[in-house]
Amino acid sequence: MSSLIEGLHRQLGLTDEEFERILGVLGREPGRAELAMFSLMWSEHCSYKSSKVHLRRLPSAGERVLQGPGENAGVVDLGDGVAAVFKIESHNHPSFVEPFQGAATGVGGIIRDILAMGARPAASLNSLRFGDPAEPLQRRLLEGVVAGVGHYGNCVGVATVGGEVVFDPCYAGNPLVNALTIGFMPADRLLSGRAEQPGDLAVLMGAKTGRDGIGGASVLASASFEEGDEAKRPNVQVGDPFQEKLLIEACLELGERRLLRGLQDLGAAGISCAVAEVAARAGMGMEVDLDAVPLREPSMEAWEVLVSESQERMLALVDPARLTDVLEVCRRWGILANVLGEMTSGGTLRVRFRGEVVAEVPAASLADDGPVYHRPMAAPSPPPAGPGAEVPLDADPAGAVLALAGDPTCASKRWVWEQYDRFVGHGTVAGPGSDAAVLRVPGTSHAVALATDGNGRHAALDPAAGAALAVAEAARNVACTGAQPVAVTNCLNFASPERPEVMGSFAAAVDGLAAACQALGLPVTGGNVSFYNESSGRPIHPTPIVGVLGLLADPATAVPSGFPRPGLDVWLLGETRVELGGSAWQRLTTARLEGRPPILDLAAEASLHRLLTGLAGRRLLAAAHDLSDGGLAVALVEATLAAGVGATVALPPGLPPLAALVSESASRVLVAVAPEASGDLSTLAAEAGVPATRLGATGGDRLVVPGLLDLPLSQLRDAYEGALPRALGEPA
Amino acid sequence: MRIGVVTFPGSCDDRDARAAVASMGGDPVALWHGDGDLRGVDAVVLPGGFSYGDYLRCGAIARFSPVMGAVAGFARDGGPVLGICNGFQVLCEAGLLPGALLRNAGLRFVCREVEVTVESTASAWTSACPPGTSLTIPVKHGEGRYVHDDPAALAAAGQVVFRYAPGHNPNGSLADIAGVRNPAGNVVGLMPHPEHAVDPLLGPTGGRGLFESVLTARV
Repeated sequence: MSSLIEGLHRQLGLTDEEFERILGVLGREPGRAELAMFSLMWSEHCSYKSSKVHLRRLPSAGERVLQGPGENAGVVDLGDGVAAVFKIESHNHPSFVEPFQGAATGVGGIIRDILAMGARPAASLNSLRFGDPAEPLQRRLLEGVVAGVGHYGNCVGVATVGGEVVFDPCYAGNPLVNALTIGFMPADRLLSGRAEQPGDLAVLMGAKTGRDGIGGASVLASASFEEGDEAKRPNVQVGDPFQEKLLIEACLELGERRLLRGLQDLGAAGISCAVAEVAARAGMGMEVDLDAVPLREPSMEAWEVLVSESQERMLALVDPARLTDVLEVCRRWGILANVLGEMTSGGTLRVRFRGEVVAEVPAASLADDGPVYHRPMAAPSPPPAGPGAEVPLDADPAGAVLALAGDPTCASKRWVWEQYDRFVGHGTVAGPGSDAAVLRVPGTSHAVALATDGNGRHAALDPAAGAALAVAEAARNVACTGAQPVAVTNCLNFASPERPEVMGSFAAAVDGLAAACQALGLPVTGGNVSFYNESSGRPIHPTPIVGVLGLLADPATAVPSGFPRPGLDVWLLGETRVELGGSAWQRLTTARLEGRPPILDLAAEASLHRLLTGLAGRRLLAAAHDLSDGGLAVALVEATLAAGVGATVALPPGLPPLAALVSESASRVLVAVAPEASGDLSTLAAEAGVPATRLGATGGDRLVVPGLLDLPLSQLRDAYEGALPRALGEPA
Repeated sequence: MRIGVVTFPGSCDDRDARAAVASMGGDPVALWHGDGDLRGVDAVVLPGGFSYGDYLRCGAIARFSPVMGAVAGFARDGGPVLGICNGFQVLCEAGLLPGALLRNAGLRFVCREVEVTVESTASAWTSACPPGTSLTIPVKHGEGRYVHDDPAALAAAGQVVFRYAPGHNPNGSLADIAGVRNPAGNVVGLMPHPEHAVDPLLGPTGGRGLFESVLTARV
């Protein structure tokens, strides 16, 4: 084996075997530009080479699914001729190297994925993971990531309406930044990143191409962190949301006026990936003229132009007869637009630069013929000890409630979401702090609900259960608003796939995800896999993040998560068992991670969701709030603080009082109903087979469990709202 | 009544402002930054967002756009003009309103619902609000700290239109000033977003009074 420059392929992140495979595909040695293209397109990040064989097990079909995995984003039919486009993606490694730009460009990237389907990006949610926020490095990461997420979303006018933030030492050397965006569009204007016929032109729109983000997908996203990786900073892209805003408006106008054959965003691997994918999807080739690419630095070489991940660029596929109109729209919005290439029959991608052919490869070889690995798997090590019963249950209940309310992971994230514009777009019916975001669907009288969830502690103890619990929790959050869960997107964050135990836990998580989605009738319409989330050999917990989309017929009936007024009956739906493995209480009191995660009965979960949407449909629910981290204790704190309405409640019977407060048994929801509706609630719950216990009533300005605890809301508010600012060393 | 809403490159709340005008019974008209023509509208809204990416300084580039020449003439002739957030910044840069808006005292972008009190009803955009009314309206900005050489004189002249209620000043604005007007009262600028406070489904409705004022004044 030889290589132009000895070992160049290794520097680019290709293995020797993969280099041999390229020799086989081409029947010759690749040129430098070709090698760069292969190295990016065959990277883990772009090719899913380690995860592909597993992801096939996820259910992706459903009657509402207009587009499943494989395109820029999934598409769901909302009825009335309107479609929702949504997807979640990670930008973990860039956000560690450069938190502000890494997070900002993560948001910008997922927004372009939505745009590429022809939809107006409407709202985003973010799932973030950091180490202890009291540590200076973690504080810097948190501040940078939140500022970056906010800056980009705010500037492009896409509301940030929800998500979650979790702190755990396992993310200290590898934070997670998963961004989900949803957009809406007329279903008949759906675009695809696919050319229609030879002769179609590929128009490169948007920002100039520079040397930023070169190798972002390969050396950054597809490798683990080691000491000294500050040197990877030039691999991080730099965002310009102003440019993206113009690009969004121009692309939407092009779509609205039906001037496009197709649209593709430029993300990982830049021009290489975009041209290879549009050509391969259509079974065509393309003549590419790199001299048409506006460059920031004229000294750039062909391979750099091909793989640069400069942001804010899109590739439009255009009928030549429409070219003048397309260029005029771009000019009006003040963005650059140049004809980069022309679709050809046959499958060859031929790239010219300064008078030379610098690459001539089958487009499909880049996009579809990459290596597929059945990586060795080892069973994840079984969780130590029993169900987590070693957790102390003799603590003072009032102290326990205050401790959980004041734990940064359980506590209010107001410090975070007050930096995000949640209003723009005139659609946010329920925003941050709600169980799920509720968004009005433009052009209809309907709404959607959206939630993201994931519990790495549960997944670390049992990856399959953890993934299934994440699906259940996100869907439950959606159902709490009264919406019917209909589709899933997911971001699977794992350590190196080259470790058999990581691969084993990944495969198990996919199985858990598939089983839960199947049982709850939720097709997976897209998502993202992020491997190599480890730093200096320390892996993160397996962290499957699940986003669930739900439909709500009438936004005016959206159920709030907090108690809205006094005089309501408070009920607990679902069964509480002593389940403390992986719980927040276990973490707070023992700093350990052991036992079993809560048992999930998927049939019971499905019944609960049906009950919730049924109750909401009959307008019986005044409030509904999911129980998750911190169990009933945290749910009661959040429900009472939301509108400052206290409650006096008994605890579910049959278990130690503290366990009833802090257990994290799945499939449970705290609801409030008018007293005259309690009879109906009880009957309907019994019919659905969902255990329902009346706990008490709302009222007053205290949270009271007679004989056990009596706390003024002001004290709870100080703990809950002040926790994160205090951890960050700021005045609450 | 036709209310024009200007779209600058980087405007984000232009569509929402048009929707708010329509929901309040007005007739929204889209105006383009590159046109020097106001299309015969009866009032103009400069919306929120990040015109020209907030590059150089918020509003500093937008004030030179062709449409602003027309807006200045319209304002001189007594036409009602409302600048919301970035639009307020543009009006200050254009010299149509006094004072300036600097980086928030907390150095972070702030998005929250705040209470403001109506300090002056002698303006085209507050004439229908009872004096002293408290309105709940969202703010969302990174550079909304209002400064002026002599806020007392400004108040004495009746040019302070809105103040943040005690404890609600989100950005360190001088004398809690949230919005001001020109001496004639036809040009008003404020940092809170009335267009995001008109629909009870989406939250508080403190913004309705501003639109009602201009719509009833000129029917």
